[in-house]
Amino acid sequence: MLDRRTVLNGAGMAGLSLLGGRVMAAPAASGTRFLLVFLRGAYDAANVVAPAGNTFYHEARPTIALAAPDPVNPQAALPLDADWSLHPALRDSIAPLWQARQIAFVPFAGTDDMSRSHFETQDTIEMGQPIQGQRQYGSGFVGRLAGVLNAGGKGGGNGTIAFSDTLPLVMRGGPMIPNLALGGNGKPPIDDSETAMIATMYRGQRLGTVDLDAAVHTGFAARDTVWHTIDDEMKAAGRGAIAARGFEAAAQRIGLVMRDRYNLAFVDVGGWDTHVNQGGATGQLAGRIGELGRGLAAYAAALGPDAWRQTVVVVVSEFGRTFRENGNRGTDHGHGSIYWVMGGAVAGGRMVGPQSRIAPETLNQNRDLPVLTDYRALIGGLWQRQYGLNQAQLAKIFPQVSPARLNLI
Amino acid sequence: MVNARAMIAGVALLATTGASAAEPAAARLALSERLSWGPRGDEPIMASGDPVAALAVPINAPLPPAAAQTIAGLRISREPMANLVMGMVERRRQINAMTDPDAKAAADKAWQGDMADLYREVQTRDILRALYSPAQLGEQLTWFWANHFSVHAPKREIRAMLGGWDETLRAHALGKFRDLLAATVTQPAMLQYLDNDQNAAGHINENYAREIMELHTLGVGSGYSQKDVQELARILTGVGVRLSPDAPHLPPDKAPLYIRNGLFEFNPQRHDFGDKVLLGQQIHGQGWGEVRRAIDILASQPATRAHISRKLALFLLGHDPSPALLGAMTAEWQASDGTIARVVAVILRSDEFRASLGQGFKDPTHYVLSAVRYAYGGRVIRNADPIINWLRRMDEAPYGRETPDGWPLDAAAWTGPGQMETRFEIAKAIGNGSAGLFKAREPGGTDEPAFPQLQNALWYGGLDHTIGAQTKAVLDRAASSPQWNMLLLASPEFMRR
Repeated sequence: MLDRRTVLNGAGMAGLSLLGGRVMAAPAASGTRFLLVFLRGAYDAANVVAPAGNTFYHEARPTIALAAPDPVNPQAALPLDADWSLHPALRDSIAPLWQARQIAFVPFAGTDDMSRSHFETQDTIEMGQPIQGQRQYGSGFVGRLAGVLNAGGKGGGNGTIAFSDTLPLVMRGGPMIPNLALGGNGKPPIDDSETAMIATMYRGQRLGTVDLDAAVHTGFAARDTVWHTIDDEMKAAGRGAIAARGFEAAAQRIGLVMRDRYNLAFVDVGGWDTHVNQGGATGQLAGRIGELGRGLAAYAAALGPDAWRQTVVVVVSEFGRTFRENGNRGTDHGHGSIYWVMGGAVAGGRMVGPQSRIAPETLNQNRDLPVLTDYRALIGGLWQRQYGLNQAQLAKIFPQVSPARLNLI
Repeated sequence: MVNARAMIAGVALLATTGASAAEPAAARLALSERLSWGPRGDEPIMASGDPVAALAVPINAPLPPAAAQTIAGLRISREPMANLVMGMVERRRQINAMTDPDAKAAADKAWQGDMADLYREVQTRDILRALYSPAQLGEQLTWFWANHFSVHAPKREIRAMLGGWDETLRAHALGKFRDLLAATVTQPAMLQYLDNDQNAAGHINENYAREIMELHTLGVGSGYSQKDVQELARILTGVGVRLSPDAPHLPPDKAPLYIRNGLFEFNPQRHDFGDKVLLGQQIHGQGWGEVRRAIDILASQPATRAHISRKLALFLLGHDPSPALLGAMTAEWQASDGTIARVVAVILRSDEFRASLGQGFKDPTHYVLSAVRYAYGGRVIRNADPIINWLRRMDEAPYGRETPDGWPLDAAAWTGPGQMETRFEIAKAIGNGSAGLFKAREPGGTDEPAFPQLQNALWYGGLDHTIGAQTKAVLDRAASSPQWNMLLLASPEFMRR
């Protein structure tokens, strides 16, 4: 592969397009892929993967609890195992993946951050560093994974991308990673010669520690890569193949570009902070979780069976919510959440990790679910197997963590 | 050929430009860029002077007539906010009761359109003031406070409430922090956004209480506990919003304690009258007086002075203040009873402020506003929709932040590859032509001819000297005037503040 600067200078002197075409495209995706989905706002895990057979659950949530599984009630939760049931809005998207044993749920998952602050805890998760002691702000754990993969010659870092309007903290602190919001379908308005002229203006430009030159190059390259992938797909399949809007549309595109181009990615989904009227089998949360489920199913379909077998998706959120509903038919900030691990080769169809009986006396601070599986141990253990990381590499990504042995892959 | 790496330091930037007149031009340009939403294209770079003078311009100094006229014509300027909101709520009630599905769908569409219009109006007014108010630093600080006390427009009736919200923030932007905080506590937009209108005795909702302590005053990790959050939530019970003109029925012992002002109400029937302990201080259960007491306690905490001072410095310097500067700011806070203008003046007089000029990076709002001020100067735009759209694309729409922490103030949030790419597309839209900025909004409205003439008074008055050789060489290769514009607006020099 040509060095970026060599390509740039050579092409510039020859008067060719610097960044047009695919010269700057990331290497084709192959092998293992990972997508982190962050539900910002703290989704009410206990009403999505619900202990619907538990009497205390129904006492604690008199107006919003899901009905216990019942084959003749379409509003009832869908059985997962003896204790847990799935939200009915996920009947056609996630339930089939559970049947196919391609999704596992990790209950009592989260962090040791007890601030119950969205922003503090989101930052804690994204940094992935021990919360005691000096933390390196501006360094996130996916950014560090990309750095380790690049250094280890395993590839991966070059195929890293955040599907978001701004580069999230979790992707910072490693190699330069592009971010791109998957909005419109239009051809990029800046043409190849203008792209080259702008790139020339940014040669060697920095802002403090930020390498603006690299940011500009990476941004143009990501734009071209994603544009060409989606354009090719649309030409091949017709416009109907691309979902119209919302997370479903975005997730489908993420699937397409991760099938062909990128192999380590992040996307965030907002709108989970349901303090008021969150609903039960239908309503606010049901609408949101239904869209998420459809999106993840569309993502898997867009990847296709071969790439899906090499892909792991982890869905996290900053914390769970109060186990008891509040005075407004909603829930407030809590602690333990339930994370999702899915993929074609994931050992799914089961609840994973230590569990505790849910009862008034076992709640954390008489308020919310305890955390029994730390997210760093969960993802660290997963990555150790997925990427074959050694202890030193893992320690760079998640300092002071003993990886959990959950045999997810 | 200029060494590109050397250009990043402001000092080096001056050294490379050569001409002796350029040194003050670059320094004055950087000062103007920092104290305003960008220097105007129809004026040479302003004279250098005491930056503190920028604080003396009255926040309500008159706008140019064309801008004032547009603002005066907006619904949010002609009708009291409470009436607008109650009208929209009543219409919503009627629509919900309609039985004919087609008529209901049509009425719903019209209602949604009116809500979107009210939201657009407040964004338009904010943008016109930012572009044309003589109180440029005051306008920047108004933006800062709207971001500090961030609300999300699409939630509930907030779009119709913003007309009162932005006026409140502007009125207090340079005044005492305690008064600003107190004003936000009675604003319906804030009370709806953080659900305090749902917070009542026996039905506690602690969302607002938590964010007041974490974001608005003390700052996270400053030592308050979950118990403090719960106590503040109890104090705030009954502080809410009433969306109809009638008063609630209250028992005779509670009626005298009821407070109503516009949409704001304190309803003693919903209040928890038990005693509370907030941050170690006893608060006797008595009604609204508890809220005033809590505001005083929160506004006077050392953690609050430190948190707000640090954030102001981050906004005005582009980086964290040194411990010495922070100490000087909090000392001035104490000496001035939390007067924002006096605390800001400490920053403006500091060596750190001088040293930071030209080293910052424009956030999307500053980027777009500075481009329009540069391109069109005092010629007042007729339509702010393109600007609203650009800000939305760069993920910094006014009142568009979903979470209450506001848009990030650090440059690293805005220098990502995707952000830069979007910014170049917007540079092209602005550089290409009038972009719809002079097209009247009414159907069939005329589009005044306009073109962004960037080689203007500001350019020849010294801006040209601040452009490095690398950028100049590219500008010289521009194939057309629109392309030259696009390149200048996309250049690294134009990103700096």
